[in-house]
Amino acid sequence: MSLKDKLSELHQRGLAEIQKSSDLKDVNQVRVSLLGKKGPITEVLRGMRDLDAEERPKVGAFANEIRDDLTAALTKRREELENAVLNARLANEKIDVTLPGTPVAKGEPHVIQQIIDQIEDLFLGMGYQVLSGPEVEEDKYNFEMMNLPKNHPARDMQDTFYITKEILMRTQTSPMQARTLEKHDFSQGPLKMISPGVVYRRDTDDPTHSHQFHQVEGLVIDKHVTMADLKGTLQVLAHELFGDKFDVRLRPSYFPFTEPSVEADITCFNCGGKGCGVCKNTGWIEVLGAGMVHPNVLKMAGVDPDVYGGFAFGVGPDRFAMLKYGVDDIRNFYLNDVRFLTQFTKKG
Amino acid sequence: MKISYNWIKEYLDLNVSPADLAEKIERTSVEVDDVVKPSDGLKKIVVGHVLSIEMHPDSDHLHICQVDVGEDEPLQIVCGAPNIDKGQRVIVALPGSRIAGNVKIKKSKMRGVPSAGMICALQEIGFSDDVVPKEYADGIYVLPADATPGDDVYDYLGMNDSLIDLDVTPNRGDMLSLNGTLHDLAAIYDRPVTLDQVDLKEAGHAIEGQLAVHVDADLAPQYRMRLVKQVKLAPSPMWLQVRLWNAGYRPINNVVDITNYIMLKYGQPLHAFDYDKFAGQDVYVRTAKAGEKLTTLDEGEHDLDPQDIVIADDKAPIALAGVMGGLSTAISDETVTVAIESAVFEHDHIRKAAQRHHLHTDASQRFERGVNQAGVQEALDAAAQMMNELAAGEVQLGSVVGSANIPDPAVITITLGHINAVLGTDLDLTKVTHILESLGFDVASEGETLTVTVPVRRNDIHIPADLLEEISRIYGYDELPTTLPTGRMTMGTLTSAQKLMRATRHSLEGLGLNQAISYALTTEDKAKMFLMQDSETTQLAWPMSVDHAVLRMNVVTGLLDDIAYNSARKVKDVALYEQGRVFYREDGTDRPNEQEHIAGAITGTLMPAGWNQPAQEVDFYQIKGIVEAYLKDMAVNGDVTYEANTDMPEMHPGRTADILVHGHRIGFMGQVHPTIAKQFKIGATYVFELNLQAIIDMPKQENQYDVISRYPAITRDIAMLVADDVTNEQIVALIEKRGGAFLQSVKLFDVYDGVKVPKGKKSLAYTLTYQDKNETLVDDAVTQAFEKVEKRLQDDLGAEIR
Ligand SMILES: [Zn+2]
Repeated sequence: MSLKDKLSELHQRGLAEIQKSSDLKDVNQVRVSLLGKKGPITEVLRGMRDLDAEERPKVGAFANEIRDDLTAALTKRREELENAVLNARLANEKIDVTLPGTPVAKGEPHVIQQIIDQIEDLFLGMGYQVLSGPEVEEDKYNFEMMNLPKNHPARDMQDTFYITKEILMRTQTSPMQARTLEKHDFSQGPLKMISPGVVYRRDTDDPTHSHQFHQVEGLVIDKHVTMADLKGTLQVLAHELFGDKFDVRLRPSYFPFTEPSVEADITCFNCGGKGCGVCKNTGWIEVLGAGMVHPNVLKMAGVDPDVYGGFAFGVGPDRFAMLKYGVDDIRNFYLNDVRFLTQFTKKG
Repeated sequence: MKISYNWIKEYLDLNVSPADLAEKIERTSVEVDDVVKPSDGLKKIVVGHVLSIEMHPDSDHLHICQVDVGEDEPLQIVCGAPNIDKGQRVIVALPGSRIAGNVKIKKSKMRGVPSAGMICALQEIGFSDDVVPKEYADGIYVLPADATPGDDVYDYLGMNDSLIDLDVTPNRGDMLSLNGTLHDLAAIYDRPVTLDQVDLKEAGHAIEGQLAVHVDADLAPQYRMRLVKQVKLAPSPMWLQVRLWNAGYRPINNVVDITNYIMLKYGQPLHAFDYDKFAGQDVYVRTAKAGEKLTTLDEGEHDLDPQDIVIADDKAPIALAGVMGGLSTAISDETVTVAIESAVFEHDHIRKAAQRHHLHTDASQRFERGVNQAGVQEALDAAAQMMNELAAGEVQLGSVVGSANIPDPAVITITLGHINAVLGTDLDLTKVTHILESLGFDVASEGETLTVTVPVRRNDIHIPADLLEEISRIYGYDELPTTLPTGRMTMGTLTSAQKLMRATRHSLEGLGLNQAISYALTTEDKAKMFLMQDSETTQLAWPMSVDHAVLRMNVVTGLLDDIAYNSARKVKDVALYEQGRVFYREDGTDRPNEQEHIAGAITGTLMPAGWNQPAQEVDFYQIKGIVEAYLKDMAVNGDVTYEANTDMPEMHPGRTADILVHGHRIGFMGQVHPTIAKQFKIGATYVFELNLQAIIDMPKQENQYDVISRYPAITRDIAMLVADDVTNEQIVALIEKRGGAFLQSVKLFDVYDGVKVPKGKKSLAYTLTYQDKNETLVDDAVTQAFEKVEKRLQDDLGAEIR
């Protein structure tokens, strides 16, 4: 039997033994017995010294080939066996993935806060400042500078919590507009602001009235601001808060601090504009008031209405939340039932 | 104001449905509350002719009627109305009909007698009690004798009209009348409108010599009267009654109805006095005198205020001017001479009088908003004409006029450029002129400058901005372009305070607290609890309820109210925070300072029990963990320390700590005193409140990279017995101070005060971690440092090392 034949036989026998090995210990023994220093391949190679110088490299190369092949077979077999062991263990570790996850403590922002943040972010992106003023205001800023002198009939529209004759709980966040207008330096650029915050009205709490609620008022004053700009701004706001498929329309209205004054309606949530009980069959729902700032408001704040003008708008986050989520009782926002607070979890 | 579609159509040639008309009004002039067609929902309600009636054999009030309803055979209907009579034309709901409230009428038997339908009262077919004529209030309604049996009743009763309910804004007093509405519609639809002309026939004698008026023109800029003699009081003709009840007024008699009708048509409130009941022939318009009283038409008795404007005769007030007439001179069945008043009263006085006497009438509403001051005489003449035509009255010659101050029309100059610059439009001169003229305004233009003369009836228009509104609404808001403001760029950024407030909310939400928004107005008791500084309360002058009467001076009580609300609804695990203002007021000032606060409250468990973890009741250390993590997020510069506070009356004396930053107290935390918890009806609750403004104002640590050592750390544990009153803070402070250069951290890992510890002592155990940033620490160096710490603990704090 030639050396080569011996090697071939060893090769076949080795492969068979490797395949037979049934655990990692077996594989190791086979490795030592086949490839070890006292193993048959080493033994066979010792016989090489008897070969011709011409034959020697060929047999050597053949022997290396066989050694490599056996080594690879050993590695493969070891991996197979290791995987089998691992798989068996993992099979044992199987759990019921439908069991609930371990609870974590997690708090939610208030739904009205979410709407205010959304409005703030939108207007920040359009270059507005966010300004918040005092909740306890002077009559002067809350009413007089808003073109609502004492005895103005429209004061009845806003029943007010007075503290003294001149001090009151603000009924709107627009006093901050008056305060800002007074101070703004128009040589530094236009005034673009929103003022979010809590406001108070002398109302009895019921499903649609709350003595405390929120407002976000906006104001833009510059040299060339148009009513078309107001319309566009309100449309952007409606699209941001409610979605692109909501249309905005303007209707005439009356506010002492704007002229022209408008109310803005958006497509009814409930029926999508077809007309239903919620929208009194009009297909529209009133969501906010707005208008072009009344020249008297500018004048009183020391701004020249012949040079500057602009628009103002006021939205009610409470009303928005009620419309958007179908909240049927405004008191829910202030009673803080945890089951209510944790309903509005969608982020972004 | 309910305005009749049919009435409008008498003057304007419109080819639009009531719904479309209402929509147009809402889009262009004033809000519309609803559009109602009174006959909607009714079915098979016809005129019946009562052919005969006989008493029901088994009843003392039911009648068995044979009623002709235009069919071959009369119907037999049992009727219980007291005023049913033979020969009447009545409202019959046939079998299978529907009456008000969607009630279906079927054939039935009443006490054994078959009854095929029902004879109806007006209320039963949908009329409000407020408009049903008194004589039919408690019985069936009797239709005019010429009504044809079998006809639908709707046209006889004006029920096929559509009534558009306008919600008129305070500036549009002119829309509180048919004529004002017609003027607006003429512009909206671009149609001409021709209003009725008065054609008055006077007779008898000159009014002078019969009646004199003495007027304070400041109180009544216009005051006019006419005298009508020999009036024949009677119910108004059907058409007039229909107009009135469709507008929401009860028909009373022809004289009173005429005054209401003229108000609806012209917007001018009128009052009719029974002239023969005047004391004397003089009428005065003046303020009330001290002690004067007046009983108004509604039989209300009023103590008059010196600010009230009254109409008085020689003896006493006979009307609360512009609000309501007096009972003593009211029109009655005996009235034969009527004095009609048409006036303008100063609106502020009227508004206050209406408020003072709780008499908000249609007259006062119109005077408050302003009537058409150019039409006062016309309305008076129109009323006199109707009293002549409908009540056969003899209108005496002339009017008496106590004051006649008619304002000049407003003349406003505006340029086309300004109009387009403000509206963002590209209107031309022709268009603008046409819009203004269609509203009945006079326009003179020179180049691009328009000089607009506004009729007196539009008392809401004074300045160019008012004209802009007229132009834009008639042009149509839908037609305006949609753009965004251009001009110089501005930055939109939050201030650092606003950023911190947002970060505060995010931090606390991440720590498991839900944001609450509670009422800032609370009770005096609650306002004063959990005070962080001395302050006076701030009270509302006229609160709606004691529950919301005082401004809060803490945020915690609102959260406790919230927890109570949850607890009452069996929600036991509550974790809330609130960011909001508290209101501190100094003695001697009216206006409080507003301070931003942040507060939290937890009760029950924070981490809810799961199938794999037990519920863990919240405790002091839970709220402290939240506060610590929050303050870490805020990166306040300076040591945060906690000191026991045993003195807050609303807090558990052994489980409350002040929170200090750099030695300054910025808040407190701990367990709510069990007595207070009981008062709020809540369980064990842990709270904190911080002066957020102080946190905003504090210097902050900037984030900075700190090299993480490549060399291994060595830890040593130390356990010790110390006296109960030695605090963790003392121990840690000492270890940190004496721990040597390589001490990186000290971490408490065990506290034990159980049976194995001698009384008065407690056992604490800490892990000390040592590390050198530049090389591997040698054990010896650590041992040396560690032993030094052990010794100091023994010497300084009396610790017994275990
Ligand atoms: Zn709808």
